[in-house]
Amino acid sequence: MTTPIMPIGEDDLQAHVDGRLDPVRLAAVESYLADHPEVAARVELERKQREMLRTQLAQKFAEPIPPRLRIASLRAARHAGGRRWLLRIAAGVALFVIGVGAGQFLHIPLKPATMADMSVANEAMIAYRTYVVEVAHPVEVGAQNEQHLVRWLSKRLGRQLVAPKLAAFGYHLMGGRLLPGMDGGVAAQLMYEDAAGKRLTIYICSGDDGQTAFQFDRDGSVSTFSWLDQGFGFAVSAALDHDRLLQVAQSVYQNLDVAEPALASGKGG
Amino acid sequence: MARTGKTTPLDDSSALLEAQIPALRRYAYALAREHETADDLVQDCLEKALSRWHLRRRDGDLRAWLFTILRNRYIDFLRGRRRRGATVQLEDAPPQPVHASQERHVEIGDVLGALDQLPEEQRSVILLVGIEDFSYEEAAKVLNVPLGTVMSRLSRARQKLRQVLEAGRPCLLWRVK
Repeated sequence: MTTPIMPIGEDDLQAHVDGRLDPVRLAAVESYLADHPEVAARVELERKQREMLRTQLAQKFAEPIPPRLRIASLRAARHAGGRRWLLRIAAGVALFVIGVGAGQFLHIPLKPATMADMSVANEAMIAYRTYVVEVAHPVEVGAQNEQHLVRWLSKRLGRQLVAPKLAAFGYHLMGGRLLPGMDGGVAAQLMYEDAAGKRLTIYICSGDDGQTAFQFDRDGSVSTFSWLDQGFGFAVSAALDHDRLLQVAQSVYQNLDVAEPALASGKGG
Repeated sequence: MARTGKTTPLDDSSALLEAQIPALRRYAYALAREHETADDLVQDCLEKALSRWHLRRRDGDLRAWLFTILRNRYIDFLRGRRRRGATVQLEDAPPQPVHASQERHVEIGDVLGALDQLPEEQRSVILLVGIEDFSYEEAAKVLNVPLGTVMSRLSRARQKLRQVLEAGRPCLLWRVK
């Protein structure tokens, strides 16, 4: 009534939206709003929108925690990761020693992951991101023409391809497409989809000679396992976690391995 | 909470961290708007928190610390995405997952969808204060800005959100492919 009050500020209005005013200040703000219906309407709208946003997000908060976020499993993975890392260093040292010592006695020149298969993973992820979101034209040739697709891509790549069967993981072949590869070469992408519409791609391009171990890369939600084998780079990409994707990648690796090394007809058809 | 001598540091971190996970997931999802990506961000955040657990200030605010880590992970994620160019933008429009709750709210005003139109700074201040119930002081800590900036940013953010919602349904723009 007679006590002088501080003029109402924008901070008061925001605190009102958030319901954080003490009773004294609240009374002052409410009497101000009563005199300023336009401001009152705006504050009311902001308060309502705040409530609606809370409602929209309430469901996410109530969701059960996925197992992968349990602290126990994160801690276990951390320890395993530490061990894997040590093993990888040990393997690298061993390879180096074998390489220096045994030289050409090894038929397969194994080498650690290099820039080459890093770029295979990179190219594969770009192709994944480009085409996985496609609704109208996810593939160039559909799975209904699988034989044609496989023959065509094999011819262009200069390598006998197969479209690995991934039904065991719930994925079916959608089809594939031809892509420009690295260094003027070509690449192929096979796309799979599961019942929920989640997609997975296999990317194959001509690459460096030699053979590498599986390499794991993650970019946002997209994980990729890539490797080099007999002059070709391979990558399996999907929005899956490391372990699930590894199972698929191993299966793809085994599936592709039964193919003959190269086609006599060569490239460029 | 009373700290008993029996609690090992490990048990301590598990219980304290897990209690924060639902809120972290909500914040991450509201920012990233894609469930898998959001959980990836939360996972990164928790991994970082575990690896730095010993560096945490005992008297510090755990919740503010975690949200700061999570927000920084999201900013890194945004930077990475920008570098890779425009094709990735499409990912924001998920091919099939139009979430049931969103669908329902579109008619009366999809505030969450409208929030996507705001810059990260403004989205974060609205989410931290309006959803996660951070005090203005705590929000200032997470956002690493002075208290006055939080207040003015909050005001501007809510104004922008109102304008987006009044202007119609911006989410329709990216629903059309």
